[in-house]
Amino acid sequence: MTSDSPDIAIIGGGNAALCAAITAAEAGARVLILETAPKPYRGGNSRHTRNFRCMHHGPLGPLVDSYTEEEYLADLMKVTGGKTDEGLARLAIRSSEECLPWMQDHGVRFQPSLSGTLSLARTNAFFLGGGKSLVNAYYRTAERLGVQVEYEAAVTHLDLDDDRVTRIDYTQNGKSHSIAPKSVVVASGGFQADTDWLARAWGPAAKNFLIRGTPYNRGVVLADLLDQGIEQVGDPTQCHAVAIDGRAPKFDGGIVTRLDCVPFSIVVNKDAQRFYDEGEDVWPKRYAIWGRLVAAQPDQVGYVIIDAKSLELFMPSVFPPIKADTLEELADKMGLPADALVQTVAEFNNSCGDTSQFHPTELDGVSTTGLNPPKTNWARPITEPPFYGYSLRTGVTFTYLGLKVDGRAQCAIGNRPVRNLWAAGETMAGSILGQGYLAGFGMTIGTVFGRIAGKEAAAHANAT
Amino acid sequence: MQMQPDLLQEARRQAEICNACRYCEGYCSVFPALHAERAFADGDLTQLANLCHNCRGCYYACQYTAPHEFDLNLPQALANIRQDSWEELAFPRAAGKAFQKNGALIALVTVLGFALLFWAARALASVGGEGFYAVLSHNAMVAIFLPAFLFPLVSIGVSLRRYWRHVGAGPLRPGQVLAALRSAAQMKNLKGGHGDGCNFEDEDRCTHARRAVHQAVMYGFLLCFAATSVATVMHYVFGMPAPYGLFSVPKLLGIAGGLLLTVGCVEMIRLKLRADRHLGAVRAFGGELAFIGLLGFVAFSGLALYALGQTPAMPILLVLHLGAVLAFFLLTPFTKMAHGFYRLAALTVDAQRKG
Repeated sequence: MTSDSPDIAIIGGGNAALCAAITAAEAGARVLILETAPKPYRGGNSRHTRNFRCMHHGPLGPLVDSYTEEEYLADLMKVTGGKTDEGLARLAIRSSEECLPWMQDHGVRFQPSLSGTLSLARTNAFFLGGGKSLVNAYYRTAERLGVQVEYEAAVTHLDLDDDRVTRIDYTQNGKSHSIAPKSVVVASGGFQADTDWLARAWGPAAKNFLIRGTPYNRGVVLADLLDQGIEQVGDPTQCHAVAIDGRAPKFDGGIVTRLDCVPFSIVVNKDAQRFYDEGEDVWPKRYAIWGRLVAAQPDQVGYVIIDAKSLELFMPSVFPPIKADTLEELADKMGLPADALVQTVAEFNNSCGDTSQFHPTELDGVSTTGLNPPKTNWARPITEPPFYGYSLRTGVTFTYLGLKVDGRAQCAIGNRPVRNLWAAGETMAGSILGQGYLAGFGMTIGTVFGRIAGKEAAAHANAT
Repeated sequence: MQMQPDLLQEARRQAEICNACRYCEGYCSVFPALHAERAFADGDLTQLANLCHNCRGCYYACQYTAPHEFDLNLPQALANIRQDSWEELAFPRAAGKAFQKNGALIALVTVLGFALLFWAARALASVGGEGFYAVLSHNAMVAIFLPAFLFPLVSIGVSLRRYWRHVGAGPLRPGQVLAALRSAAQMKNLKGGHGDGCNFEDEDRCTHARRAVHQAVMYGFLLCFAATSVATVMHYVFGMPAPYGLFSVPKLLGIAGGLLLTVGCVEMIRLKLRADRHLGAVRAFGGELAFIGLLGFVAFSGLALYALGQTPAMPILLVLHLGAVLAFFLLTPFTKMAHGFYRLAALTVDAQRKG
């Protein structure tokens, strides 16, 4: 046991951890951050984020008009199908408004809504440079406040004595360390990067999933705490998954691997058969559904087929499409059965009707007739060479299983609070979100509950 | 014009990743211009590269820098293209290739400048001149410096014409030039988008150090240039030859400019030595430092000449100063000095495309 234990240990190094660290340090506590990633990869999934969903009455920072608590909550209820803890959700929403100036005061800089995301200009404040620049700014601020940061410090175990954490064990550079801080904040994310755990929860198909964010969210601390009876929340088998470019790296592909072309395409499985209505709704409302749809196909892979007239209707993505002058050649290049693909496209083309009302950004009702499954919008025949293809895979964003917290971000054991343990960020987001996701809400949860956890942890440390 | 295909290909690869991300849109002029394209021709990349002021905000914010497999380093990729474009567009091209990356050659030309002036001072010794003109007659100075001044103007004119064609720019309008001058006057692209400055000498910390130092160099140079121009007018139009007193316009401009330029160059070298070289054109580092050193020496020797103009050190100082000025003029199209012209051209094209 080291004698120079800090007042507060914060496990994790992303947005929630940093908000907690800064808040606690400003309250006078000696704070240590244990970040399992090496410095270039610090920040967990926060480094891939781009905005913060924020309630506001009147223009605020980069945000225009206003966005009320009720509208925000309604948006959340819609995406989660009502599976939301309303009390905690309202707390997060209400607190978000004061967070934005706090973020600015602590070094975060915002920018106007990005090109291609104008629909979010009222609700989401975009970080200039994205989440990594936010993380960098917070590390600068934290270090200025005297927060000690240890990288590649992998926490292996929290020792519990009844309702109190007494010791944290971690390894760093092959050496084991133990500390006994007065307060502990867990902000180390979900378990999605542990693909074995994911496969146990979801089934063997999960081995073929790509992880959109950090490879360091392996859920080590989460598992350790749940094993010791800390109260859990969220469906342990579920993760938030979206359809992304199948050529994306296994980890950390981030935003650039998204593909926005599905509504203008047909999507087939490896047998060159369609399996779902590609034109059901605009893509921002459907990309999450497609993560699951692709996960249900053989080998967990889908193939998007478009023709020349659709190529420039969507945001460019990181990998160029596979290009061919004929469908047979495209099938060859993509490893699809050529005859079957030609037949599927022919059937689709034959069921397309009048396309004169085609409108790429609105539900245009240009649909197929007599086709199963139908395509109910943007159904234009695929006829104009060259033809283009992308592969689609399931990309996991985060997992729902987490630590159950109350309005003070405090963890519980056997219906009693753990006296010196708080949680913030993805690791407790399941306390609020039961399913689904609302863009920018993860950063709201992290910021609001990070600050609460930091304040509570400091109050506890200062009182003992 | 044959730019290096591997550099272009690397910049293109990176630009395509940036175009799929767009998180950096607010930093500078590069990203809105980049996001307006779907594909990047060589000319597009050259234009983006010359718009980039190497503020490095995007590098430190980037989620895809090494060790990530995408290995993004846009400031370096664009710096390499920029450097390559200055060499390829130079007139004559061989001179661009020779000097841009070669600090030793820049130093050699400077020494040759000294030598030429020594020779001139001895061979063309003035008869009956006063002050500086006792060392080298006014006519001899004009005979040396008029061609040395006109040559770079012609050379840069040819290069900018080539640039204009290469990036596919349209007919020039005065409003576009004004917009470019406004941007350059404030060094808007080194403000970082948020106004906190750029990331240069201390990783991701935003400061105005580089912007302030660059302004000192730029305005210092412009003041010195103005001093010389005013003096030329006074000499030829009003028949008032040098030397001028302390409170004359040429001296006030020249001393202020010389001080700014000297301090600016020293500080710029210090900043560059602290910054991470791998976020710029690595191979051009020596050439850049040598150029800044030469520019700083021009300013410093000018100040020294003023301070010690009445002492026996004057003739040697005059020769050193004029030798450095000669080297500086002749090398302008082939050293970092050229960047100011390309930058203005790129900002003008950008204003044109924004309509």
